[in-house]
Amino acid sequence: MSTIQPNIEQPVSEEMQLVRRAKRGDDQAFEELVRRYDRNVFRIAQHITQNREDAEDVVQEAFLKAYGNLAKFQEQSKFYTWLVRIAVNEALMKLRRRRPERTVSLDEEVKTEDDSLPREVADWSPNPEQLYNQAQLRDILMRTIQGLPPGFRTVFVLRDVEGLSTEETAEALELSIPAVKSRLLRARLQLRERLNRFFQKRGNGDGHRKPASGDGDQ
Amino acid sequence: MKCSEFLNELTNYLDGMLDARTKSELDDHLAWCHNCYVVCDTTRKTIEIYRNSELYELPDDLRSRLRSAIMSKCAEKRKKSDPPLE
Repeated sequence: MSTIQPNIEQPVSEEMQLVRRAKRGDDQAFEELVRRYDRNVFRIAQHITQNREDAEDVVQEAFLKAYGNLAKFQEQSKFYTWLVRIAVNEALMKLRRRRPERTVSLDEEVKTEDDSLPREVADWSPNPEQLYNQAQLRDILMRTIQGLPPGFRTVFVLRDVEGLSTEETAEALELSIPAVKSRLLRARLQLRERLNRFFQKRGNGDGHRKPASGDGDQ
Repeated sequence: MKCSEFLNELTNYLDGMLDARTKSELDDHLAWCHNCYVVCDTTRKTIEIYRNSELYELPDDLRSRLRSAIMSKCAEKRKKSDPPLE
């Protein structure tokens, strides 16, 4: 069975050259860093906060903080990992403000472990994403990932959506590598379990299901 | 190998982070255990679907609005910290 490979690989030296120019006061170099990573920061922020306005604020605040603290960046990690760390913290603060009744932390512990064990084992259609139109699929994927606890969701997004390595994810979230691996496993298994009912093979043999009418591609 | 042992290694297996011997033990398990095969296959599909999903893309107009806001606030910040010499 094929393995999953991370999908982002920026040449470190080029990134570091931009960082050094920005540290010397070259705002164009900093703008290039914004251009390079604004989409990633926005996605991460939306996944964590689940709110568009908050995500926009997080993009601005994270880059401004990075700009203000550039001199303190030690260049021992990638700039992107450092930036993600800032953005995750900003996003978690927003989430806490919106949901003061619930403690939001990346350290939420193991209570949900049973949720991760596969309860339903059913094969999926060969091309599950083609069972639905684009709008329906987006809706399914968003609702499903939003149901995960923030600590699991964040690890899954950094590792599997944004393509950070396990080590980079650990560094960005200030978690140990075993903690990242354990949360990642549980996040993946919980998502799989929740997607089962949408993607499993149907009884009629071809696995296809007609999209609901009036909801997307005409 | 028990199914629970397989499950514990699933993330390392999917990420290609196992030594050859452990990988081959897991491959052997998959060859006869249909349930683990399905869990492994559907977990891999879960990751691929999310990776290809392009949820929460940043629209171009919002993107340039955010970038201008960021850069003008950066310029303000610089002005405050480096007042021009008289």
